[in-house]
Amino acid sequence: MIELTSASATAFVAQAVSVFDVGDGFVVPLLLKLVFILAMFFVVPILGGYLEHKVMGRMQDRRGPVEAGPFGSLQLVADGIKFIQKEDVIPRAADPWVFAMAPGVALVPVLLVLLVIPIGPGVFALDLELGLFYALAISSISTLGILMGGWASANKFSLLGGLRAAGQLIAYELPLILAAAAVALQAGTLSLVGIVEAQATFLIPGTDINLWYLFPQLLGFGIFFLAAMAELARPPFDMPIADSELVFGYMTEYTGIKFAMFLLTEYAGMIVMGGLIAVLYLGGWQLLPGVPLPGCEGAGGIFDCGWQGQLLGVAVTLGKMMLIVFLFVWARVTYPRLREDQLQRMAWLVLVPLALLNLAVITVAKVVF
Amino acid sequence: MSELSTRERIHPGTAPGEDYHLEIVGEGDFATADMTLSIGPAHPATHGVFRIVLEMDGERVRSARPVIGYMHRGFEKLAEYRDYRQIMALVNRHDWLSGFSNELGVALAVEQLMEFEVPDRAQWIRMLMAEWNRVLNHLMFVGSFALELGAITPMFYAFREREDIQHMMEAATGGRLHFTYNQVGGVKIDLPKGFLRTSAELTTITRKRLVDYRDLILGNEIFQARTKGVGALPTDVALSFGVTGPTLQATGLPEDSRVTEPYLKYGEIDVPVPVGENGDAFDRFFCLLGRIEASLDIIDQVLDHIGPGPVNSKLPKMVKAPEGATYVRTENPLGQLGYWLESDGGRTPWRLKMRTPSFSNVQAIPYLLEGVLVPDAVAVLGSVFFVVGDIDR
Amino acid sequence: MATTSPPGVGLLKGLAVTIKHVFSRPSTQMYPKERPDLPPRSRGVIALMEENCTVCMLCARECPDWCIYIDSHKETVPPAKEGGRARTRNVLDRFAIDFALCMYCGICVEVCPFDALWWSPEFEYSEYSMGLLLHEKDKLREWADTVPPPPPLEEGALPPAEVADAIEKAAKQRELAAAEEAEAAVQAEATTGAAAAPAAGKKAEPEIEVTAGQIDQETFDKLIAEGKSERIARSKAKAAWVKKEKARLKAEMEASGGGEAAAEAPAPKPAEVHVEAGQIDQETYDQLIAEGKTERMARAKAKAAYVKKEKARLRAEQAAAAATPAAGTPATAETAEAPAAEAPASGAPATDAAPASGAPAAKRLGDVHVEGTGEIDQETFDRLIAEGKSERIARSKAKAAWVKKRKQELLDQEGDA
Repeated sequence: MIELTSASATAFVAQAVSVFDVGDGFVVPLLLKLVFILAMFFVVPILGGYLEHKVMGRMQDRRGPVEAGPFGSLQLVADGIKFIQKEDVIPRAADPWVFAMAPGVALVPVLLVLLVIPIGPGVFALDLELGLFYALAISSISTLGILMGGWASANKFSLLGGLRAAGQLIAYELPLILAAAAVALQAGTLSLVGIVEAQATFLIPGTDINLWYLFPQLLGFGIFFLAAMAELARPPFDMPIADSELVFGYMTEYTGIKFAMFLLTEYAGMIVMGGLIAVLYLGGWQLLPGVPLPGCEGAGGIFDCGWQGQLLGVAVTLGKMMLIVFLFVWARVTYPRLREDQLQRMAWLVLVPLALLNLAVITVAKVVF
Repeated sequence: MSELSTRERIHPGTAPGEDYHLEIVGEGDFATADMTLSIGPAHPATHGVFRIVLEMDGERVRSARPVIGYMHRGFEKLAEYRDYRQIMALVNRHDWLSGFSNELGVALAVEQLMEFEVPDRAQWIRMLMAEWNRVLNHLMFVGSFALELGAITPMFYAFREREDIQHMMEAATGGRLHFTYNQVGGVKIDLPKGFLRTSAELTTITRKRLVDYRDLILGNEIFQARTKGVGALPTDVALSFGVTGPTLQATGLPEDSRVTEPYLKYGEIDVPVPVGENGDAFDRFFCLLGRIEASLDIIDQVLDHIGPGPVNSKLPKMVKAPEGATYVRTENPLGQLGYWLESDGGRTPWRLKMRTPSFSNVQAIPYLLEGVLVPDAVAVLGSVFFVVGDIDR
Repeated sequence: MATTSPPGVGLLKGLAVTIKHVFSRPSTQMYPKERPDLPPRSRGVIALMEENCTVCMLCARECPDWCIYIDSHKETVPPAKEGGRARTRNVLDRFAIDFALCMYCGICVEVCPFDALWWSPEFEYSEYSMGLLLHEKDKLREWADTVPPPPPLEEGALPPAEVADAIEKAAKQRELAAAEEAEAAVQAEATTGAAAAPAAGKKAEPEIEVTAGQIDQETFDKLIAEGKSERIARSKAKAAWVKKEKARLKAEMEASGGGEAAAEAPAPKPAEVHVEAGQIDQETYDQLIAEGKTERMARAKAKAAYVKKEKARLRAEQAAAAATPAAGTPATAETAEAPAAEAPASGAPATDAAPASGAPAAKRLGDVHVEGTGEIDQETFDRLIAEGKSERIARSKAKAAWVKKRKQELLDQEGDA
């Protein structure tokens, strides 16, 4: 059993080598990767959060944060410090263990997904052969934490929020996976690094024009984007939170650091989904379709880079993530919330058939060309 | 299961000493009971301390019971111990979003009892202020209704507009919410220089900005999906509950006391009354926006009519309404506001009964909430426009 | 109302609205750095001008939530003159407003009869402890320094009482200046006339000397009837006499010199037309009743209308009477200006004339002593009653009028003697 597991585990690991795999040791690369993931986990969501605050502010005729740090950039840090200082309240009727574990269960999967998301040439912790599968599977666990929180709070609003979250997950996991499957099909690999590589080398049949998957799979992109928004419970699909109906949904009874963990889950989730969309549809760290990064050689000029190429690649991926975050925020600012049943109807009657259609079209195209 | 008894024991929807029966459906391990969800007294959707106890089957509301009175401050009794000047400062606080219109009702009632002739200019100024107050009020509800549906941005836009208007009104009255600008026989003091010009400018600006609300909310498909057909109120039901204002107009009945029973100088100008078709949440919002535009039209007309002259008349040192009683109804932003003023000739009213629009409007809520989902319940609560202070008084 | 646009357009329009706002200026006011621009009428904090407060307690009594605390004590002020009566005065010990209770209705500011309370737009006086919101009179006095001047009023507004008074005063001054100018013009005319007729010689010099001291009885009576104090009435009447005398002399001079200024008959001022109120204008009354006005209101308005009509009629009559003699003579500059020069009832001409005269002053009314015996002047009394004055006031005024008449009689007798 153990042999089998370890054998399959080694089989999952793809060929691409991370920049953090320095030397032959075990500890140094491990520490480097940990640092990398934690940095991704704490710094990038703050970037995203800052962007959200500022963009939302400007769209609403406000300025957004201005006091904490230069141009208010440290607002989220200040918020974090504030949350740590707050009293940690556990309702008397709550199930204390589940209540306390829920934020962790929601948070850790997001952390784990970051493991496989490549943000630059060689800049990733791990390149799993089943990377896409892993990412989608792990990110679903987050919802379990939300359901736990909703149930354990002993609050009817929380319960309703948790149940809505569960319903939303089931409904939207399907179009999300179907859309991603079309990408995997086209790329011919489940490895995220492999998908980036496949996009860099994908040419329109009959020409030598390089294109990202965004263009052949525009429909798939739309479905994935909407489903990602619903997965993350971002407005206009924030029914699990729905502050005007359910007070704050599953987070109603949470305070202090646990509340902050839920919030961080949301922001980090935005980053993860942004990263996934960048990798699946926007060509990863490729600057423009058909344009190789400076100092890079392999695979259409996005691998085997010097340090400038690596830095630029990271910047490009982060930029694409922020673009996705901006779209999330834009939708949040503009739209009212849908109703849960409308959301379900949209998932089952519109998105799933469309995703299947998309998959079928891609399959046919793959076979034909 | 033993759970049921536990639930019964800690049932939060049951008031002390109240009989409460959980309806249990199914048997054995599959026995389920309806859930009671108490929205409020402190809940984001209730704008204050208003409570609705929902009996729910899953997310579907089976019955709703509004519980009011958390904010009862005894206005009617307080008014019996205040002279008419003090009442002006009191009544602009029961519906805190339409302070001027409330004062206006009392002032008109006292003037009617005293058979007081108010100078023309004062009447025009009162209309001007009342309409601006209406715009202020409606903007607030445009923002809050959208907020209840999850759209956060219109609130900020609405507050930007409100800020401009409030600043202008503060220049004239000294207050931003509680204007205390009326007095028996007119208004306290004439407008400051530039008020009419600012008014004219602001009507243009506000009209231009209303386009944003139409694009952002009214034309939005999600908004339409959330509100069309939700909480539809037929005209006869609305009338039987005494629902007035935009909520009644949304049912298709152009009832507006400014038109049907003009007070001040409303008879001399053209008062547009927007009406809806189905009386649902969408129509109510449509009427709300329409009423803002109507008010802006009225303001433009008032600006054409306003002429020179005194704004108040000399009053006796202590205003005493002669013995008698009168009823004055005015079109408040939220609906019909009535004051029944009975005087025994003293310096304070013998009785001041208020017929507030919010109180009547919320009577329709149990009817509207039956059978809807919780999100729709919130849409209904947001679209049956009420102010808690105006319900409880 | 229902959108007819294809689905999705509404969603895109919404996105356009929000993105548009990214490029517009935020409407945030950076408050502590940027001060809000509050209008002068803002009800921010109540300021106390302690000097004006007479401890009448009106504010404390009218305050709807009783948040004004006033303590005072009585003090005896020694008499100003030897042998006078000592007065008592209220001295303010404590004046405090509890802003934790205040509902900012402004009634105290409104009722204050001596302008001791004012609104100031200052608003930054929040405290960590509720008790500190109780502002004592020192603090309230400090706020008084922040009270802005009231804003000017909108067009079409009636000026406030103080401003109206000032305007009236200014108008009077202008009138006076105009009168002086007119007089100067007359003098210039006279000079040229004198130059044209050298035979007149020195006599034509327009130096008109009038001995002050006598009073113009007509003016005096009128002013007294108007309720002015005797002292004022006398001084004004004196001035009026001087002016009339001057005018008369001038007319004589001109009549003898140029022989032109015949039309000196002063046209009556509109205000001089006095109409006894009491009757109503039936036409107006009927019309108002037909309009649905109450009887009380209609009567009052009709009364006012009657008075106005009557005045107009009288004035027309007088004008006609004045015009008849003037019609015969050619209308010269002087005749046209003469009424204008006549118009002011008091002022400059008299004051330059009075000190110029070295003549001994004649006996004045004040020098005559008449014991008030309680009798009243029936005529005055009736008139005042008809004007709607209370009996008490009418009686006292009528008494004063009687005393005055008696005095005048005595004086006349003395003069005859």
